[in-house]
Amino acid sequence: MFNLKENYDIAIIGGGPAGLAAAIGANEAGTDKEDILVIERDVKLGGILNQCIHNGFGLHTFKEELTGPEYAGRFIDKLLALQIPYVLDTMVVDIAEGENGLKLITVISKENGLKVIKAKAVVLSMGCRERSRGALNIPGFRPAGVFSAGTAQRLVNIESYMPGKEVVILGSGDIGLIMARRLTLEGAKVKVVAELQPYSGGLKRNIVQCLDDYGIPLKLSHTVTRIDGKDRVEGVEISQVDERLKPIKGTEEYYKCDTLLLSVGLIPENELSDSLGVKLSPITSGPVVNESLETNIEGVFACGNVLHVHDLVDFVSEEAKEAGKNASKFAKFGKTNEENVIALIPENGVRYTVPSTICPENMNDTLTVRFRVANVFKNKYVSVYFDGERVKRTKKLILAPGEMESVVLKKEDLLNKGIKNIKITLED
Amino acid sequence: MLYDVLIIGGGVIGSAIARELARYEGNFCLIEKNEDVCTGTSKANSAIVHAGFDAKNGTLMAEMNVKGNEMMGEVAKELDIPFRRNGAFVLCFDNKDLNSLQDLYQRGINNGVKDLQILTREEALNLEPNLGDSVVAALYAPTSGIICPFALTIALAENAADNGVEFKLNTPCEKIEKTDFGFRVYSKNEVIETKAIVNAAGVYADEIHNMVCDNKLKITPRKGEYILCDKKVGKLCERTLFQLPTKLGKGILVSPTIHGNLILGPTALDIEDKEGIDTTREGLDDVIAKASLSVKNVPVRSAITSFSGLRAHINHDFILEESADNFFDATGIESPGLSSAPAIGIYMAEMVAKKFSFNKKADFNPVRKGIVHASELSNEERAALIEKDPAYGRIICRCEMISEGEILASIHRTLGATTLDGVKRRTRAGMGRCQAGFCSPKVMEILSRELNIPLDEIKKNGENSSVAVGKATKGGI
Repeated sequence: MFNLKENYDIAIIGGGPAGLAAAIGANEAGTDKEDILVIERDVKLGGILNQCIHNGFGLHTFKEELTGPEYAGRFIDKLLALQIPYVLDTMVVDIAEGENGLKLITVISKENGLKVIKAKAVVLSMGCRERSRGALNIPGFRPAGVFSAGTAQRLVNIESYMPGKEVVILGSGDIGLIMARRLTLEGAKVKVVAELQPYSGGLKRNIVQCLDDYGIPLKLSHTVTRIDGKDRVEGVEISQVDERLKPIKGTEEYYKCDTLLLSVGLIPENELSDSLGVKLSPITSGPVVNESLETNIEGVFACGNVLHVHDLVDFVSEEAKEAGKNASKFAKFGKTNEENVIALIPENGVRYTVPSTICPENMNDTLTVRFRVANVFKNKYVSVYFDGERVKRTKKLILAPGEMESVVLKKEDLLNKGIKNIKITLED
Repeated sequence: MLYDVLIIGGGVIGSAIARELARYEGNFCLIEKNEDVCTGTSKANSAIVHAGFDAKNGTLMAEMNVKGNEMMGEVAKELDIPFRRNGAFVLCFDNKDLNSLQDLYQRGINNGVKDLQILTREEALNLEPNLGDSVVAALYAPTSGIICPFALTIALAENAADNGVEFKLNTPCEKIEKTDFGFRVYSKNEVIETKAIVNAAGVYADEIHNMVCDNKLKITPRKGEYILCDKKVGKLCERTLFQLPTKLGKGILVSPTIHGNLILGPTALDIEDKEGIDTTREGLDDVIAKASLSVKNVPVRSAITSFSGLRAHINHDFILEESADNFFDATGIESPGLSSAPAIGIYMAEMVAKKFSFNKKADFNPVRKGIVHASELSNEERAALIEKDPAYGRIICRCEMISEGEILASIHRTLGATTLDGVKRRTRAGMGRCQAGFCSPKVMEILSRELNIPLDEIKKNGENSSVAVGKATKGGI
């Protein structure tokens, strides 16, 4: 049995790619390994990467193409080599604020029962979940055979069972695209992928490699308007939608199938954050953070898909490492400077920025500001304004909601300059 | 075996009658056509224990509703299920309708409903700040309550079974023959002999009735569509908000559920198909439009699921009678059937017992212990429980915080769960905001392991509802 201590400097909630990188970052920044704890609810580390057995991970970080488990394996090996403690099969059921700024984390597991541990800093890295059928209010019956793409992925890749034989996919998020290919290779017939928006929510490379290469049609501006089958799915009706995304009468097409996969968006899983009083952004559904990736609750940091949904895991690792370092700094030195705060303002097609405020004194030499755009844009400039004055302009041939964008800011440009706000915007 | 009484239908009415009959000595059996109890009307309704002001004076509906409501607190305690009297408003949207509100008040008083009051808009707003702008007054019924219909039905059935009633699932009644001893009931693979029949077959009760009786019944399935919202908007109102009929037609309700979600619905549409529990775009839009009258800012974006249920409508009162010799009907049980169930149980059991002069059993145990919901315990209690049984320390459903211990308990108890929906209705695993996305593969594994059946034979509910369809064998990514 792993002996849980009562006190830690840093508790990391979640042992997926974000949690692993945060733990490594914290240790590298000087927090003793014994003062870090990674808490994972599954029976192994690695998070959702364990079921992502396709390749394409790690091109940025390792300059090679890895599968999900291989990518996670690199970080797990490092964590083991550094001997950073972790617990598996353990659920955090509550986080609360205790005395002297300590966070009280209630965990339960078969092995350790119920324990309350205290930590100076907490890193939130719980990841995200898939939007369900219910959230879309798709009319029709409620038979077996309606899966979120990730559930189907787990069924095939972890349990080795097929979710169905004739498949329609709603939503062109990356997991849906990956599953179109995966199920095709397993002998299923993927009849069509329908996407509500006039553009795909997934990476371009996945559309090419997972749909085009297998002749699977992608129908943009289409949605499922009815699910048929009382016991098991027997078919779905797909309709075209208008500019307001409402189905157009008379455009219904019927697809006979036994399975409907939904890949209709990911939602950061912030129930714990919410109960702790962490302020959430209505746009990302993740915490609002400053340059240190710290939330409105002092000593609580966030990274990875619980903060905002990423497109590539490489960026999760990069961001999480920073969060781990910042948590380490906080655990050692306490409260960070909160003067001269600069507000980041997303505008004109830029939906949000992470972080949303910057205190230059707390910055590293550079800071990567990540964001997503609201639509597909061609030949636009990403411009950065300091208090209304344009300081940077980068030409982009194409910008799409499925791909995360970033700009890098330098500390020397911001420190002691009296800047009040930084605007990030798209321009012709 | 010749049964004394055979109950047809394992919904809340059949199960309530079974539990009340179990107080007597005799051989009692309940047959249910589906794989589990609580799979028809009882599983998809408003989950309200009505106060009883709605039914016409002097009807069985009025009598059973008021009596059932009065009994519910004690029944819930005996059966260890959650129940709360959260109170209800009937909202009036037009001063011209104040007379109708007054009529409803008077009808309630005549039915014996306690503590009714008519509130002005201001008084109503003091209690429910999110009421819609067009609300002018409200009838307030403090005795109205909310309950989990799965929990009530399943608990009634379990308690009946624990007290000796035999339950046969997957056993549809296909044909009934009158015999000198009573009836011969033909099902798929067996023939059941019984002295008496109680018909509690919900929307199918007309078909059962018509197999035996000369006067023919016709039940119209009346479809009601609902939207269920996330717990984070469950406090939009504290009370159940009904509507006086408006120019948009018969109103719908907005209510918290006993588990803290928010429910909106139902529509009312008469249909032919007795399995027609699909939702429609028009229906769901209608729910949202009407709900918007009762409360401001209907949280449409917080919907986690939508569903529909069928009420067994006959167009007049409940039918609770001996319709043919030794053939007893509990039919036409539409709303307020759930509220009335405990009273109907007693009413029917007494009717049958009197006819056959059954004696009361000395050792009937009305107390049933429910599945422990570990997340509702204090830290100390929960720690002690996990120490005793570590399975309560492993969370399977992260949205509703349901542990493996609870799922195991739901499988290994009287009338235990055998399907994903069976586990869901007994534990709430899969009922949260991710709608079983994360936990369904894990619950399937547990069912497969505990019941010793292959994973691809695990069903969502009925026989043809397999979740997985065979092994993935080809490999390749």
